[in-house]
Amino acid sequence: MTTARIDACFAALKAEGRAAFVAYVMAGDPDAATSQKILNSLPGAGADIIELGMPFSDPMAEGPPIQRAAQRALAAGMTLKATLGMVRAFRTRDDVTPIIAMGYMNPVLNWGVEAFARDAAEAGVDGVILVDVPPEEADPIADALKSAGLSLIMLATPTSDDARVGTIVRRASGFVYYVSVAGVTGVKEADADAVAPAVERVRRISGLPVAVGFGIRTPERAAAVARVADAVVVGSALVEEVARGLQMNEDVTLSVLSKVESLAKAVRSARFGLTV
Amino acid sequence: MTVTAKPNDYTAYPDAQGRFGDYGGRYVPETLMPLVHELDAAYLAAKADPAFQAELDSFLTHYVGRPSPLYFAERLTAHYGGAKIYLKREELNHTGSHKINNCMGQILLARRMGKTRIIAETGAGQHGVATATVCARFGLPCVVYMGAVDVERQKPNVFRMNLLGAQVVPVTSGSATLKDAMNEALRDWVTNVHDTYYLIGTAAGMHPYPEMVRDFQAVIGREARAQVLALEGRLPDAVVACVGGGSNAIGLFHPFLNDESVKLYGVEAAGSGMDTGRHAAAINGGRPGVLHGNLTYLLQDVDGQITEAHSISAGLDYPGIGPEHSWLHDVGRAIYLTATDTESLEAFKLCAELEGILPAIESAHALARLPDVAAEVGKGGIVVLNLSGRGDKDVATVADYLGRSI
Repeated sequence: MTTARIDACFAALKAEGRAAFVAYVMAGDPDAATSQKILNSLPGAGADIIELGMPFSDPMAEGPPIQRAAQRALAAGMTLKATLGMVRAFRTRDDVTPIIAMGYMNPVLNWGVEAFARDAAEAGVDGVILVDVPPEEADPIADALKSAGLSLIMLATPTSDDARVGTIVRRASGFVYYVSVAGVTGVKEADADAVAPAVERVRRISGLPVAVGFGIRTPERAAAVARVADAVVVGSALVEEVARGLQMNEDVTLSVLSKVESLAKAVRSARFGLTV
Repeated sequence: MTVTAKPNDYTAYPDAQGRFGDYGGRYVPETLMPLVHELDAAYLAAKADPAFQAELDSFLTHYVGRPSPLYFAERLTAHYGGAKIYLKREELNHTGSHKINNCMGQILLARRMGKTRIIAETGAGQHGVATATVCARFGLPCVVYMGAVDVERQKPNVFRMNLLGAQVVPVTSGSATLKDAMNEALRDWVTNVHDTYYLIGTAAGMHPYPEMVRDFQAVIGREARAQVLALEGRLPDAVVACVGGGSNAIGLFHPFLNDESVKLYGVEAAGSGMDTGRHAAAINGGRPGVLHGNLTYLLQDVDGQITEAHSISAGLDYPGIGPEHSWLHDVGRAIYLTATDTESLEAFKLCAELEGILPAIESAHALARLPDVAAEVGKGGIVVLNLSGRGDKDVATVADYLGRSI
């Protein structure tokens, strides 16, 4: 079962004594070929886990950077089918790095929940995050993913009390994604001091590794969060490199990968007392 | 979708999960869920509290100007030569549309919940104006999100909101219209959960909004039902309303749901025509999907991306529809027709010329299907149409259509 890739990844990093660096990129941003090149190169640049955004026209939890990334991808013709195709192509060269497909309910519902779970598993996806599916609405997708051997990654937030965290993780596996700020992606900065007790709480209640994301933009902040969390997710700062590269007429792939390298280096060295 | 069985009691919905059959639900980011539960509990408590209802009734009477008249439109009736036509005069409410009924209910709830900041989305600006109005009345700061395209085409309403003390934020993301304004309002809410109340303007979005907005608008149908009984001694044969998100329609329909002799007609915006693809008819031209917190009929492409709605009426220019309408359609209790931009503008002119009433272009969509409904019901029958808003805001649009400058 493909969930094994996520579990193996966290087990290996635990043995190494460090947090995972999770790189979020939008499938098809800025176009299918460039996006595939970026995806293929992420593990080499230091990404331990990949979150692959499934573009949606109305991403209500995203700030401007990821909204624009989705619009670029859709304008370039990206589809859910092509997104899964990107994963399939990636898997011909990398059978280790976990891939989490992250997006919104409607394209998945439109595909068919069971068919999506089956096709995503077949393509080599390991887990799925649907931002607008809280536990109250999660049973159909949770059942489908479970049958297909995929993890349902659930989000916990600063508004989740202990009882709520319990509800959230009831159908979760793989890891829990802790949203470190009440807000949309890529706007507010996460406060590492407030993150530590929250991570501890979610880890205790869920018994799962805890990844922290939303509001981590710099190597310094990534390192600070890496000292307390099991994984550090950066998304907006990476898709902004796509936007910047396009604007400056630079090689977009290199722009993104160099950002990934600096963030990954910060995460890797965080627990060894090194400054970056 | 599973086939939904015909219920014994149409008014027994939504269930505790916010479902009308398959439709509705709470598809929102986790950050909002504790607040959504809090809102649900607060609304149920307020609904059961006679003091809350008494306060709301008092404001509806003395501030909004309820009850609104049920007016026998004698000349429209004669013109169509079919059923007797009654107009429910919601355009006579304070601020000029039915929107204020819901805003008054929700602002009292927000105060009861101790919220200190109000946000809203608006398309044509009618809901924005109504929200800005109640915020001014209760001294609460108000931020209204409005698509940049709509800000440009509804300038008078933007100025009205400013005069009432509201901040209007133009939204440039996506297609820069109502759906994007709603996205942006949701993003604000996620960011300011601790003090902010989101005053949604239509009977759509995540539970409990479809239920709550319907309940606040159901005063329309309750009054109309009592008024027609008093005037005619019997129930109407049909009721008609335009449908964008569908709050004026569900408000009129709901008290008649279990009167199965009363036919319910919703009229969606067909824009340039259903066959052109440029319309806003979610039920007649869409498929079920999830947007803005609920499962409902939506305009979407083959890949599940939401497509832009098109209508001359900014208030109907939305790719979705309230979940209760989706359910009423599936179970066959309500019938959803369409009217094009052109048909609606012709109906606008006719209503102005025959009855001396400028209807909102939204309401003119319902008027446009009157000849069909009046003919089907026939002579001796009774039709009630919800005149949900006044058309003063639309004179520039109508002038454009007529090729005249004002």
